[in-house]
Amino acid sequence: MNNANNSSEHEQHIVSPKIYVVILLALLALTATTVAASYVEMYVFNAVVALAIAVLKMILVVLFFMHIKYSTKLTKLTVISGVFIFLGLISMTLADYVSRAWGRW
Amino acid sequence: MSDSTATANGVETEVHHEHPSYQRHHFETVAQQFDATNFAMWLFLLTEIMFFGGLFTAYLILRNWYYPAFVEGSHQLSIFWGTANTTVLIISSFTMAMSVWNAQMRRKGGLLLCLVLTFILGLVFLGIKGIEWHEKWVKYHVPGLHYSDQSFRNPASDPEVYAEYHDKSLAPDMASKVEQYFFLYFAMTGMHALHMVIGIAILGFMIVRAKTGAYTSGHYTFVENFGLYWHFVDIIWIFLFPLLYLISRHQ
Amino acid sequence: MSAATIVSLPDQATARIPKMNFLSKENGLLSWLLTGDHKRIATLYLISITFFFFIGGALAGLIRLELLTPQSDLMAADTYNKVFSMHGLIMVFFFLVPSVPATIGNFVIPMMVGAKDLALPKINLLSWYLYIVAGGMMLYTMATGGVDTGWTFTTPLSTHYLNTNVISAGLAVFVAGFSSIFTGLNFIVTIHKMRCPGMTWFRLPLFVWSNYAASILMVLGTPVLAITLVLIVLERAVHIGVFDPAMGGDPLLFQHLFWFYSHPAVYIMILPGMGVISEVVSTFSRKRVFGYTAVAFSSVAIAVFGFFVWAHHMFIMGISNYAALVFSLLTMLVAVPSAIKIFNWAFTLYNGSITFETPMLYAFGFMGLFTIGGMTGVFLGATGTDIHLTETYFIVAHFHFVMVGGMLMAFLSGIHFWWPKWTGRMYPEKISQLAALITFIGFNFTFFPQFILGTLGMPRRYAAYPPEFQVLNVFSSAGATILGVGYLLPILYLTWSLKYGEIAGENPWQATGLEWQTQSPPLTENFPEIPIMDHEAYDYEWLERQQRKEVASV
Repeated sequence: MNNANNSSEHEQHIVSPKIYVVILLALLALTATTVAASYVEMYVFNAVVALAIAVLKMILVVLFFMHIKYSTKLTKLTVISGVFIFLGLISMTLADYVSRAWGRW
Repeated sequence: MSDSTATANGVETEVHHEHPSYQRHHFETVAQQFDATNFAMWLFLLTEIMFFGGLFTAYLILRNWYYPAFVEGSHQLSIFWGTANTTVLIISSFTMAMSVWNAQMRRKGGLLLCLVLTFILGLVFLGIKGIEWHEKWVKYHVPGLHYSDQSFRNPASDPEVYAEYHDKSLAPDMASKVEQYFFLYFAMTGMHALHMVIGIAILGFMIVRAKTGAYTSGHYTFVENFGLYWHFVDIIWIFLFPLLYLISRHQ
Repeated sequence: MSAATIVSLPDQATARIPKMNFLSKENGLLSWLLTGDHKRIATLYLISITFFFFIGGALAGLIRLELLTPQSDLMAADTYNKVFSMHGLIMVFFFLVPSVPATIGNFVIPMMVGAKDLALPKINLLSWYLYIVAGGMMLYTMATGGVDTGWTFTTPLSTHYLNTNVISAGLAVFVAGFSSIFTGLNFIVTIHKMRCPGMTWFRLPLFVWSNYAASILMVLGTPVLAITLVLIVLERAVHIGVFDPAMGGDPLLFQHLFWFYSHPAVYIMILPGMGVISEVVSTFSRKRVFGYTAVAFSSVAIAVFGFFVWAHHMFIMGISNYAALVFSLLTMLVAVPSAIKIFNWAFTLYNGSITFETPMLYAFGFMGLFTIGGMTGVFLGATGTDIHLTETYFIVAHFHFVMVGGMLMAFLSGIHFWWPKWTGRMYPEKISQLAALITFIGFNFTFFPQFILGTLGMPRRYAAYPPEFQVLNVFSSAGATILGVGYLLPILYLTWSLKYGEIAGENPWQATGLEWQTQSPPLTENFPEIPIMDHEAYDYEWLERQQRKEVASV
C-alpha cells in the first residue's frame, strides 16, 4: 500500500489479439454448450449447469477482455468486493425466505 | 497547467517538463490519471452490479415462489433469438476488446473499424430485442399495458409454443402470476437495453472523436474505460440469457 | 476562557486575507456554476443543504406544533402524514446523507491527502447538479401536494393505496442517490490514488478513513435503493409489480431491498460525523487520537458489518425467527466498533490539554448523545424489546439521538472547526459557545421525553394521541423551539462573520492536518506545491518543531 504515484507500474499490459480470439471462441463454444445443455433433461441441474457456465463466461470476460488478470491487486479486490456484497444481498435475503418455512422455535 | 513544480516523487522515468495536453491539471502524472479514472470506472461498475443485483434477487425469489408460472412464461421466449443475441453481444465484446488493442497500438484505421463494428453489433442486438418485444406485444404479454393470461390458462390456444412444450394449463391464480415473470423480463431486459442504448450513444461519440485521432496518440483511457462498461453490459446479458430463456425449458 | 485556549490568531492590525485564494480567483456566477474546484463545489453544497435543512426544520416545527395538543387540530391527519413524510425525505436524502461528506468532506479531503483536487472534478460538479435537480423534484413534489408514505416508501401503501406524488418523490430520491454515489466514488478514487508522497494509509487523518468507509457504503448500497425505487415507480405507473401482494408480489421483498440500502445509509450519515469528532477531539486535547489504528479500522468494520444487519428493521414484519436471530446478533456486533470509537475518544481526552472552543463543545454533545442513541439502538436490535418498542416514539427518539444528536452536532462541530479555513475568518467564539449549549439543552428537552413516550406506548406517525401523553409532548415541543433557536444562531453569526469575523490566519487551532498548513482560504490548487508528508497524523510535536523552525528562520 505505498503511495499512488508509482509510475513505474503504470505501463499498461497489452493483451495480444490472439488471446482475444481464443477467448471469443471459448465464449461462443460455451454459449453453444449452455444452449445444448438446456435441451437435456437434468432436473435441478439444468439451472446449476446453466449458471455455472454463465459464471465461467463471466470469469473469462472479466479476466481477459476487462484485463483483470493483468491489473493491480486493488482492482482485483474491487471486483471481488462487488461480487461479495452482491452474494451477501442474495444469501442474507434468501436466508430469511428459506428459514420462514421452519416455523417457530 | 502553469504550475512547474517538478513531480515530487522522484520515480518518474522519462523527464518531460511539459505535461501532455490531455493531462488534467490536478494529476501529477499521466499514469496517475489513468489509474484514477480506470479505478473510478471499476467502482462505477460495482454500483451497476448492485443495481442489477436487486433485480436478480427479486427474480430469484419470485421464481421460487411461482415456479410453474415462471416456467411457462419463459417458454414464451425464443431460444433461437436469445442465442443469436448472445452471440451478437459476445462478438461485439470481442470487437470492443480489439478497439482497445488498436488504440493501444495507435492504429487509427483498426480502431475505427472495430468501433464501427461494435456500434453496428450493438444496434443489431437492439433490433433483435425489438423483434422479441414486438412479439410479446402481439401476443398480449406486455404486463400492465397489453396483457392477457390466455396462453397460460389454456396453453393450447398458443399452438406454436404448445407444440414444443405441451404445457399444462395453469390454475387461474398461478396463471395470473406469469405477469410477474413478464414484468421482471421487461424490467431486466429493458434495463439492460437502456444500458445498451447509452453505450451505443457513447460509441457514436467515440467514433467521431476517433476520426480525429484523439485516441491513437497514446491517450486511450476513454476507450479502455468504455470497454469496461461494454463488457459489463455483456456480462449482465450472459446471466440474463440462461436465467430468462434456458433454465426453465424442462419443468 | 482566554487562559485555556489554543487559538492563535495573527495580529489583527496587520493581518490580511490572502489576495489569491479560491474564493477570489474568478468572479461571476458562471465561474461558480462551471467550477471544477472541490472547495467551490463544497461551498455550493453547503448553501444548498442549508436551504434544505431549513425546509426540513420548518416541517419538523409543524410536526411539533401539531403534537402540542392531543387532538389533530392544527392540521388534518392526512396533512400531518404528508408533513412528517416530507420532513423525513428531505432530512434523510437532502440533508443527512450529503451533509458532512459533500460539504466538509468535499472541502477538506483533497487537502488532507495532499492533492490539488478530487480525482474527478467534473463528476463532483455533476454530483452537485444531480443534487439540485433532485432537490427541485422534491420541492415540486411538495408544492403539488406532497407524499405521505413516510420516508420509507412502504409497499403496498405507496404503490396501491395512496394518491399522492409517490412517483416524483421516488424519482427525486433516485436522482439524489446518484448524486451520493458520485460523491462516494470520487472520494474512494481520491483517497486511493491522489495521496501525496509520504502519505501512507496510516498517516491519513481519521476523517479521511471514516469518509472512506462511508463512501464504500454509498457506492455499494445506493444502487440497490435506486433499482428498488425504479420498481416502485414502474409498479405505480403500469400497476403491475413485484411488491404488491394483490398482484402476487411480495412486500417483504421490498423491505429487504429497501433496508439493504437504508440501513447502511444510517452509517453513511453517521460515519463522516465520527470523522469530524476524531479531528476535533484530537485538536482540542492536543493529543494524538488514542488507538489510531483501532479507530481507523472500526470505521471500516462498521461499514462491513453495516451491510449485514438490515433485517432488524423488519423484526415485526413476518421474517423468519431464525433470520431475526442472526440479524439481531449481527446488529449487536455493530455496537462493538461504535463503542471502540467512543472509548478511544474518551481516552484521547484523558490527560489531554483540553480547551473548550465551540467545535469541542459540539463534540462533547456528540459523544454524550451518540452514546445514548447507540445504546438504545442495542435495545432495538434485541428482538424481544424491539417488538415492544418498534413503531413507537422510542424509535423516533433513538434515531433522532443518533442523527440529530450525533450527526447534526458533528456537522456543526465540523462547520465551526473548518470555518476559519473555509472563509479565512473566525466565527464569534462567545455566542457560538452559547449556541452549542442551547442546541444541547434544546435537543435533550425535545427528544428525551420521546423515549419515555415510546416506552409508555405512544405510536409514531399519528397526528392525535391519548391525552395522558400530553405533558411529555408539550415538553418535547417546547424543547423544539429551543432547538430551533440553537440552529438559527449559527446561520446568523456565521453570515455575520463572513465580513466582520477576525482574520484567522493559517492555523488558528494549531492543528496538524495538511489542510491547516496552507493559507486560509486556500489557493485554488490548495498548496503552492505538493506537500510531502514526513510525520504521523496528529503529531503535535512535529507541529511545534515546525513552528520553532519558522521562528528561527525569521
